[in-house]
Amino acid sequence: MPADTKWWSGGRSPFNASYGKVMMWYFLMSDAFTFGAFLISYGTIRFSVNNWADPNHVFNAFPLAGHANLPLAFVSLMTFILIFSSVTMVLAVHEGHNMNRKGVEKYMILTILGGIAFLSCQAWEWTHLITGDHAVLVNGQIEHWGTTVTRNPWGPEVLHNGQMIATPGPVAFGGYFFGITGFHGFHVMSGVVVNIIMYLKTKMGHFDQRGHYEMIEKAGLYWHFVDLVWVFVFLCFYLV
Amino acid sequence: MSSEAVLHGSSAHLADDAHHVHHHHETFITKYVFSQDHKMIAKQFLITGMIWAVIGGLFSVIFRLQLGYPDQTFPWLEDILGHWAKGGKIQPEFYYALVTMHGTVLVFFVLTAGLSGTFANFLIPLQIGARDMASPLLNMLSYWFFFIASVIMISSLFVQTGPAAGGWTVYPPLSALGDASQGSKIGMDLWLISMAIFIVSSLLGGLNYITTILTMRTKGMSMTRMPLTMWALFFTAVLGVLSFPVLLSGCILLIFDRNLGTSFFLSDIVVAGKILPNEGGSAILFQHLFWFLGHPEVYIIMLPAMGMVSEILSINSRKPIFGYMAMVGSLFAICTLALLVWAHHMFVTGLNPFLGAVFVLLTLLIAVPSAIKVFNWLTTLWKGNIRFTPAMLFAIGFVSLFISGGLTGIFLGNSALDIHLHDTYFVVAHFHIVMGVASFFGMFAGVYHWFPKMYGRHMNHTLAYLHFWITMVGAYLIFWPMHYQGLSGMPRRYYDFSNWESFKQYAELNQFISLVVIIVFAAQFLFLFNFFYSIFKGRKLTDLNPWGANTLEWTTPLRPGHGNWPGEIPEVHRWAYDYAKEGKNGEDFIPQNVPVGEDETRH
Repeated sequence: MPADTKWWSGGRSPFNASYGKVMMWYFLMSDAFTFGAFLISYGTIRFSVNNWADPNHVFNAFPLAGHANLPLAFVSLMTFILIFSSVTMVLAVHEGHNMNRKGVEKYMILTILGGIAFLSCQAWEWTHLITGDHAVLVNGQIEHWGTTVTRNPWGPEVLHNGQMIATPGPVAFGGYFFGITGFHGFHVMSGVVVNIIMYLKTKMGHFDQRGHYEMIEKAGLYWHFVDLVWVFVFLCFYLV
Repeated sequence: MSSEAVLHGSSAHLADDAHHVHHHHETFITKYVFSQDHKMIAKQFLITGMIWAVIGGLFSVIFRLQLGYPDQTFPWLEDILGHWAKGGKIQPEFYYALVTMHGTVLVFFVLTAGLSGTFANFLIPLQIGARDMASPLLNMLSYWFFFIASVIMISSLFVQTGPAAGGWTVYPPLSALGDASQGSKIGMDLWLISMAIFIVSSLLGGLNYITTILTMRTKGMSMTRMPLTMWALFFTAVLGVLSFPVLLSGCILLIFDRNLGTSFFLSDIVVAGKILPNEGGSAILFQHLFWFLGHPEVYIIMLPAMGMVSEILSINSRKPIFGYMAMVGSLFAICTLALLVWAHHMFVTGLNPFLGAVFVLLTLLIAVPSAIKVFNWLTTLWKGNIRFTPAMLFAIGFVSLFISGGLTGIFLGNSALDIHLHDTYFVVAHFHIVMGVASFFGMFAGVYHWFPKMYGRHMNHTLAYLHFWITMVGAYLIFWPMHYQGLSGMPRRYYDFSNWESFKQYAELNQFISLVVIIVFAAQFLFLFNFFYSIFKGRKLTDLNPWGANTLEWTTPLRPGHGNWPGEIPEVHRWAYDYAKEGKNGEDFIPQNVPVGEDETRH
């Protein structure tokens, strides 16, 4: 491009990018507002109550590890898987630039597997939370509760018959946790579906015919966004 | 397929446009139903919007019957509405359903989808010089998502317990609890699902509008050479893309509260003597989420009208628009401020008064860009060679209404005055004039002005003048008295005022307002008849550029095909407002595609 190119005077895209990529960026901005609204709502409610479940306490289980206390170990694995799938996505885009169909196929498969692995982990975590019973002192009686959108067994502990036992915590915990991680999971699922379509289109040679692998790039933008959102969700629910 | 690839084209394809003539095979289905031509999609939005406008308007006629004639019965109402109007009298539950649906339908389905859906689709590619939208496929989907949302919303009118009835703002806890009211049962779920789909439609449209305007302008069409319509539709789309997703979040959380037992918006509630288990939620939180969209929404409705009015005023005054850059700047200022003032709808919810003061300040700041626009419109008219076409009358009417309705906004923006005025007819009068009727005027102006481009024929001017004067006078007769009612404390959303000694004095005024509502509603059929009759039988165009306008849409053939220009897309050499300037053949305007002469200065 000559140095004096007039980018904004019409006849060309001022961003030197195709309309599809521009549109994807604006969509991501819009979607960021949806997640932003969720997370700000969560923050509002969380800081309006006196106590909140301690994530180190709630998220300390690991599949097949029995009752070992492993705070945040499993979610760290989940996060690693998702971040790693972003890396393979970058590699797929890179192979696309080189017009290497086999390479794109390989890395798309890895990305799809990463997405599915993340979703499976999430399914396990949800199941564990919902079905895992915890003793709660309710109106002087000990009950056993799972963590659901209507029940929170992670309230402050009190002394009862010489034993420390939890009381019911704010129900908003379950609502926001399942609501927001669920909405994020839905995004991951959509991303996996998109990636599968991209993989099939790659395999069928559509992008070779077209002469470029830009669709992979656009899917990649979405995938990275979903990963980035997870970083915020991770921060808000597990670390704070 | 090959020609379609061109339509999808971005910058790379603009260069070789000349080689493509668009004659792909079209069937009835691809041409009129699942069309990807922005002009056809615009017409689909317009006509769907018209159907919705009739439905939404009819609702207001029915509830005005109740307000104007609370003691009388109308047996024919029972014939059409069944148990909702037992004995010929609107039931209270149905009254609330009518008010709710009137608001929802007109705000979202008519003045959002019907207005920007129509004119963004129709005008953006034509005025910036593009073959079509950036993505015609997503554009088509945008209409069909709107259509599905419409079908769901209509279906809610026919369920046994009736449509949503908690007001168009659907505040929880009322809207979250099916046991709390008839209108919070299945009708409310349908409302939420319909709105979620509507948001998808608006997002698909908005992304397309923004991307098209930014990336697909023809050669020479710099941002500052764009007609103001384009700037207005651009900012409208930006607002929509940023604020609708927040409503989506609110809707999703509300759906969860209704159906999954969560407590996002619910806490410490007793319904029918039963204590609900929900705790810890905040009803005010929903209001924040709602109004983060709700306030920008009024500008999503206003800005397209402002843009079209600027264009029409300039063309029909035969003068350049006054203060082009100030107009763009004030659109930008309005767009920015629109996102920062939502809590002025919540002054009396227990909002921290110090926070309220910030929102008062930001709200009153909007008066500055609004006043700049108004003065620029008036100065454009000043000493103009005015041609009173129907579009021009509606544009002038818009300015009048915007001033009248805008001034009362300054009253309402004060948190102290709002304690007295909130939820009264003063509010009803304010927002109906400034965003309801004014935007409708913008829409009418747009339709009368661009009808010749849409259908290659003129609308009947006599009917149009009649339509204008009845609507203009009627609008003021309906809403002006409501200011007085509101100042004296008459609350909105009440079913029957005859029980209150202090409001009995308004019985005849209410009757008068209701009578005018019926007349104005009937007058809209002049417009509808005119529109549909003229599509087939209207006076044929004798001039491709009937209004003597500068913008690119008038350089296309009489009925442009898919692709808009048969040959190359014209190149742009000047801004859109070279009126009162002598053209080549002695005309008083120079279109945008005419090169700048040697004796001219460059814009």
